Amino acid sequence: MKAIQHIGLSLFLAGLAIFTILPFIGSYELSTEKLDEVVQNKGIKSELFVKNLQESTVGKEFSTPFTFSSNIVSAIEDANETHKANQEWDKVIWDKKHSFSYEIAKDIGAGPVREHKGLFWFLTFGLGIIGALLFIIPQLYLKPIPGIKNNGIWHSAATNRGWIGWFVFLFLVGFYILLYFYPDYIVNWTYIVDPISQSISGNMASQWFLYGFLYCIVTVVMGIRMYIKYRHNKYQILRTTSVLFFQIAFAFLIPEIMVSLEMPWYDFKNAFPLDYDFFFEWNLKTLANSGFIGIFILVWGTVLTIVVVPVMVYFFGKRWYCSWVCGCGGLAETLGDPYRHLSDKSLRAWQIERWLIHGVLVFAILMTGMTLYAYFTGADVVLGIKTQLVKDTYGFLIGSIFAGVIGTGFYPIFGNRVWCRFGCPLAAYLGLVQRFKSKFRITTNGGQCISCGNCSTYCEQGIDVRAYAQKGQNIVRSSCVGCGICSAVCPRGVLKLENGPDDGATRHEIPEVMLGNDVNLFEMLEENR
Amino acid sequence: MEHIVIIGNGISGVTAARHIRKLSDKRITIISAETEYFFSRTALMYIYMGHMKFEHTQPYENWFWEKNRIELKKGFVTHINDASKELVFANGETMQYDKLIIATGSKPNKFGWPGQDLEGVMGMYHKQDLETLEKFAPNNKVCKRAVIVGGGLIGIELAEMLQSRDIPVTFLVRESSFWNGVLPAGESAMINEHIREHHIDLRLGVNLQEIKADEHGKVKSIIIKETGEEIACDVVGLTAGVSPNVDFLKESNIELGRGVKVNRKLETNVKDIYAIGDCAEQQEAIGNRRPIEAVWYTGRMMGETVAQTICGNPKEYNPGHWFNSAKFLDIEYQTYGWVFGERGRPEYEQHFHWKHPKEHLCITIAFHKETHEFLGINTFGIRMRHHAFDKWLTEKRSVEYVLEHLADANFDPEFYKLHEKDIVAQFNQEHHTNIQLKKRSWKRIFQFS
Ligand SMILES: Cc1cc2nc3c(=O)[nH]c(=O)nc-3n(C[C@H](O)[C@H](O)[C@H](O)COP(=O)(O)OP(=O)(O)OC[C@H]3O[C@@H](n4cnc5c(N)ncnc54)[C@H](O)[C@@H]3O)c2cc1C
Ligand code: SF4
Ligand code: SF4
Repeated sequence: MKAIQHIGLSLFLAGLAIFTILPFIGSYELSTEKLDEVVQNKGIKSELFVKNLQESTVGKEFSTPFTFSSNIVSAIEDANETHKANQEWDKVIWDKKHSFSYEIAKDIGAGPVREHKGLFWFLTFGLGIIGALLFIIPQLYLKPIPGIKNNGIWHSAATNRGWIGWFVFLFLVGFYILLYFYPDYIVNWTYIVDPISQSISGNMASQWFLYGFLYCIVTVVMGIRMYIKYRHNKYQILRTTSVLFFQIAFAFLIPEIMVSLEMPWYDFKNAFPLDYDFFFEWNLKTLANSGFIGIFILVWGTVLTIVVVPVMVYFFGKRWYCSWVCGCGGLAETLGDPYRHLSDKSLRAWQIERWLIHGVLVFAILMTGMTLYAYFTGADVVLGIKTQLVKDTYGFLIGSIFAGVIGTGFYPIFGNRVWCRFGCPLAAYLGLVQRFKSKFRITTNGGQCISCGNCSTYCEQGIDVRAYAQKGQNIVRSSCVGCGICSAVCPRGVLKLENGPDDGATRHEIPEVMLGNDVNLFEMLEENR
Repeated sequence: MEHIVIIGNGISGVTAARHIRKLSDKRITIISAETEYFFSRTALMYIYMGHMKFEHTQPYENWFWEKNRIELKKGFVTHINDASKELVFANGETMQYDKLIIATGSKPNKFGWPGQDLEGVMGMYHKQDLETLEKFAPNNKVCKRAVIVGGGLIGIELAEMLQSRDIPVTFLVRESSFWNGVLPAGESAMINEHIREHHIDLRLGVNLQEIKADEHGKVKSIIIKETGEEIACDVVGLTAGVSPNVDFLKESNIELGRGVKVNRKLETNVKDIYAIGDCAEQQEAIGNRRPIEAVWYTGRMMGETVAQTICGNPKEYNPGHWFNSAKFLDIEYQTYGWVFGERGRPEYEQHFHWKHPKEHLCITIAFHKETHEFLGINTFGIRMRHHAFDKWLTEKRSVEYVLEHLADANFDPEFYKLHEKDIVAQFNQEHHTNIQLKKRSWKRIFQFS
């Protein structure tokens, strides 16, 4: 079995290595005809841009996307600089530079990857999946008796912020930076999923399709790991099934199918303000122009946030969303599970968390208020601030850097819920409801806690669960996503997630007598107060 | 300002300190020779197993103590001079106290086995024991086999620890079945089976004859008394129970039995000196409890009680209904009230035993033969609500009532398969009763008084 695992690991690493070198393969050559086509399709009026490219790029063969893209980007920059200086606004190219360059690169890229999409899919995704499964499934035979097996987690360089952890960190951060900011470098990655994209929506794959597909694969493979690891725990099994379903059906398939039916791309479970651009002008315009389905989405998105979310949190706690439905949660609970113990449990971290996450919520609400105001009044400056600038800042800082680069990239360093804990505005909103008006709590089982610390250590949200449990208090915390792992790892059966009556006292406290002292002592305690 | 000095920074000493701080402004000092800060002894195993690091076993962050004005002193107390109210440390330092709480816990038992002090022989109680284990059993190349002597709760934890690093374990248990001094036969048998299922070499009904050394004075093998068999090993874990850590008090005026003798107010025979936790011995046992209770919860309760007394509300130690819990490898165990094993079972105590046909799940309910009063429950693999049983014990409910409301007591995570129906059906069959299981009711569960 160990040998199978070693083979699996080797295959996985081979797949990963091939995936990593793909961007360096192939060639890019821009012909005059292609350039003309681009100019025509994009309606480009800048002769400077065309001239620049003709000199630097056209007719030459580039063996990596990097110089090719940088030529296009600098052609845009040069041209824009001059045009802006001359106030020739209609000649300025407003497109995002690397997206512009992506479109060209995707169109003209050549080489083995583009020619053998299926083969390279197998050499990357295929090997990765097979390798990972060969590594994961033997656990069933190596540890045939179900139960919590966290052995060696703090001894392994992969999970104790050792060198493997840092390596994974670099890889993930690099991946997210390429994905968000340099799509033109990774056209080869998108080629290998073109056939899949075409079979679903008929379109070539964008970098977002690649991401969505990869996301599904990763959650499924690591979801299988969850099924094996927690096979004795039905809560974990059902929860994992639920996040996988919502990821694959709602976040991936349904939107792609909608696109193929000429409807807008929409993820029906992605609630505002996590879906921060839902109320942006461009989205409202798209929806307004999409007929019945557009209006339906608009109404559903609004009702989801204003009615469905709080009502569900009232009955079940924020877990119904964060660890049963949400995509970010889905990744955190599958890919992120091996890193959950790395979250910071200190009081200081909690203080930072409260400022940050509520700060983001306020930011998101103010921004949305401004854009809605701008949308209805037509003004593009509100309170002396350009709404576009606010939106771009949010999109860059929160939407990309925080949610992606930090949120996932830092899994191996800060644990798997960095984004959910410190940044997600929806989590902040759900948390407020959970804290003040909900039936959900984690009940502490009387005096049974031995203060061992397993619960706190494995709480991905960095909640010091033990601090409550050892005092015989229930855990009612806005940040608890109800993953249920504290309860699973507790060796004394102390913790139970449950939805009970929301009548104040019983939600928070269990009677102090449960700590084991006789009633008399507590009568006296009362007298003392 | 009155100076309260506490020897021992375990759960009992720390609980006392915290509660004294809650109730008063007295100066508080906690002394320990073991670690700088309080940690949870019960979590020692998880450090070796890699579930946690040492810092995770510390229930309070390091700033906690200063913020709460609890002074910490590292040092070993060798002598107490009660006339001058002075403590003497191993390095000659001294410290004055106004009131002294002895909370020095336990130490592992050694029964005079030949070779018991060799290198590679250890107990599993202190943090230092963990360091020794890390040294002699870092992996299965250095330690090819370990022998554990004594089949109690710490013994099985040590077995699980070693097993987590794939070190083969031979487990010597004096009793004819694991922990059957406490557990009824059916449960004990299930644990035997579970231990063996984990490929631990469980030897029942055997004693240790001697531990043999190699030429460097390190353990090389052990001999079993009954069979004379020699088992080669690199580590021997002595886990045949613990006894109060009170040797340093032998010269003092404090009355000792096996532990420090205390009355119900946890006072020793010397004024202003108290003893709590594992090291305290009640002059008279309370109810069915033993005079020395070496468990976490009682240490905590005694800490709370003594804090009251010291802060001017003299109180008796009055533990409520007995409860406890443990984990045998993968099987969780909880108990509420009294369920006796074969040994010491009162003749009026009758048992009802249910076991899942396939899985390692079972319960034993003890009740009074004549009155049918519910006396206690052991549960394995099923979590139960402490509060429910505590209430039923106080209300002196009948076994029939308990079974009827068993659903209220289930504490397993949501969506787990429930077994109450089967349990009640079996009871009905065995006792020709017609108990109808009631649906879980939040209202009943949260009726606290
Ligand atoms: C491995 C293990 C697992 C356990 N698991 C459980 C469990 O699951 N459930 C349960 O209920 N109980 C469990 N116990 C028992 C429980 O840990 C003890 O009952 C409890 O820790 C006792 O607390 P205490 O405060 O009385 O003493 P201790 O925790 O022993 O603390 C006493 C401290 O005093 C120090 N000290 C002693 N003498 C001196 C001196 N002369 N000068 C200075 N310092 C001194 C010691 O070094 C020690 O640090 C377990 C014990 C062990 C060892
Ligand atoms: S408190 Fe428990 S259920 Fe809540 S997030 Fe932490 S580990 Fe998950
Ligand atoms: S894991 Fe359980 S026993 Fe350990 S500290 Fe948490 S609640 Fe207490």
